[in-house]
Amino acid sequence: MFAVETEALGRIYKIKKTRKEAAHTLVALDNVNLSVNHGELFGLLGPNGAGKTTLIKVLTTLLAPSSGCARVNGWDVARQPEEIRRQINMVSGGETSGYGLLTVRENLWMFTQFYGIPSKQANERIMELLKIVGLEDRANTKSSNLSTGLRQKMNIVRGFMTDPTVLFLDEPTLGLDVGAARDVRRFVRQWVDEDPTRTLLLTTHYMVEAEEMCDRVAIINQGKILACDTPQNLKQGLRSEGIYSLELSALDPADFEELKGIDGFRQGTLTQIESGAELELVLSDDSVLANLLSFLTARGSRIITLHKREATLEDVFINLVGKSMKDIENGAPD
Amino acid sequence: MALQTKVTRNSGVRLFLQTVIGRAYPRVIGSQRDPAWLFFDIFLPFLTMVGYVYIYRALKAPEEYIGFVVLGSAMTAYWINILWSMSSQLFWEKENGNLALYVMSPTSLMAILFGMASGGLFSTTIRALVILVLGNLLFHVNYIITSFWALFLVFVLTMVALYGLGMMLSSLFMLFNREAFHFANLLEAPVMLFSGFYFPVSAFNFWVAAAASIIPLTLGMDAIRQLVFPSTAQLGFLPVKLELIILVILSVVFLGGAFFSLRRMERLAIKQGRITDRLG
Repeated sequence: MFAVETEALGRIYKIKKTRKEAAHTLVALDNVNLSVNHGELFGLLGPNGAGKTTLIKVLTTLLAPSSGCARVNGWDVARQPEEIRRQINMVSGGETSGYGLLTVRENLWMFTQFYGIPSKQANERIMELLKIVGLEDRANTKSSNLSTGLRQKMNIVRGFMTDPTVLFLDEPTLGLDVGAARDVRRFVRQWVDEDPTRTLLLTTHYMVEAEEMCDRVAIINQGKILACDTPQNLKQGLRSEGIYSLELSALDPADFEELKGIDGFRQGTLTQIESGAELELVLSDDSVLANLLSFLTARGSRIITLHKREATLEDVFINLVGKSMKDIENGAPD
Repeated sequence: MALQTKVTRNSGVRLFLQTVIGRAYPRVIGSQRDPAWLFFDIFLPFLTMVGYVYIYRALKAPEEYIGFVVLGSAMTAYWINILWSMSSQLFWEKENGNLALYVMSPTSLMAILFGMASGGLFSTTIRALVILVLGNLLFHVNYIITSFWALFLVFVLTMVALYGLGMMLSSLFMLFNREAFHFANLLEAPVMLFSGFYFPVSAFNFWVAAAASIIPLTLGMDAIRQLVFPSTAQLGFLPVKLELIILVILSVVFLGGAFFSLRRMERLAIKQGRITDRLG
């Protein structure tokens, strides 16, 4: 039995912007097949709108699947939601749950009551977790007076407080500063490592987060799972390719489109920056580079820096989708 | 960094009671922390009360009418609480992300609603009592309680039926979006008029008063007036005993309705994706 399992899972939203307008459909999840083992820290990596949050909502029993099925610890999300709810918890990035007039400790206590945790145990655990995330000095601060980062720490404590066997973290480090995000990642990893019965499903659009933390990663875009493996294996697939980062004095988008026609060009992204342009390239092998550089020189594009580097999950994503996550989020055309 | 504190979990009735207390807490404790309630929940209704009192005094109405106004003003707090803190509450909970956490937890939404209702009842009773005491101090209302137990029973049943109605409405409002706000606004003034907050509901014809009796406060206030101002008993709409029976029926209907509509709305909201509105 898997901790999380989906079979041909689909979810369609019917969207109607105005009353008069006919409803149109949005496919949020399309034939998703996933299995997450017990004790695994599993990452779902994809741009905003890829379907990550929808998948989490289905798995946390907040949204019914339109087709297929999903199970958590063997329980079906549609037919046995009560069983699942006893075993899970969820934290979303940027959530504003709780009540601003209550203190951090009071808000957390309130949520423990919905899980039937006796008050004494709840209060002890709250203080212990607040200490771990460095929030113990704010235990009696009204939550409305917390900064976004501190509020997110409180949310994270809420998620861990109930001892779930499967925990869903939806963009947990959203809005956290670098230090706080690092602390949260460390704690999350340790929490999973401490007990093999604990499973954590994390969604993120931060590549580093997925790469650093996750045992396995599924890459999702437009509701479809494009790849699923360990970060190492995903990157391994690009080992034979030449991956380059270039900083150029300038490069016209039209020239970039032409560049894509060069033999051996696999994928690439162009970002215009203040000092010129940045080019990320995946080439079939290093020999293609010579032709590419000649092309750039012929177009009057001066090369400021050129690095050959190891593949990252970003490259894996670009290789699968043809665009960077940033480009997708910015609505770059296909 | 391993967690030292082990936690156990209650289920069944204990979980239900813990949820009720947990959800009542923000209303009992939290809502007193914002001093704005003194202005919005006490001072403004107090001004309205004073206005009505002087209208009756100008008309040289019997002194009992001043009592009607003071009592009605205190009861107004419950109706406002039902509309803005019960009926539209699940909608607001959805907006700030709490609803998803409630639904996802092992507790029942019914327990959450009971918590909201009991917490709301407590904090509203404080507000109602302040208005009542201020009104009595200022206008020297003379109450003659004919039966304390009947009065207590009427009040309890009115509150059970009223908060049952609020719980039922909250599940219906949950599926509304911004319309919930407009709907609450729409219900506020007409109910205050037809439930006879400031005058006996028998002033309307029988059918209007009967229709208004769907709001438990109509019969509740009518019965309370008969029990504390016996000299005006002839202004009562129905005999107190009959009003008590109807309040029992309304309590059962509204609480039952709340239970079933909540289950249905929860299922529908999960199917349609309305527990949270974010897509991702």
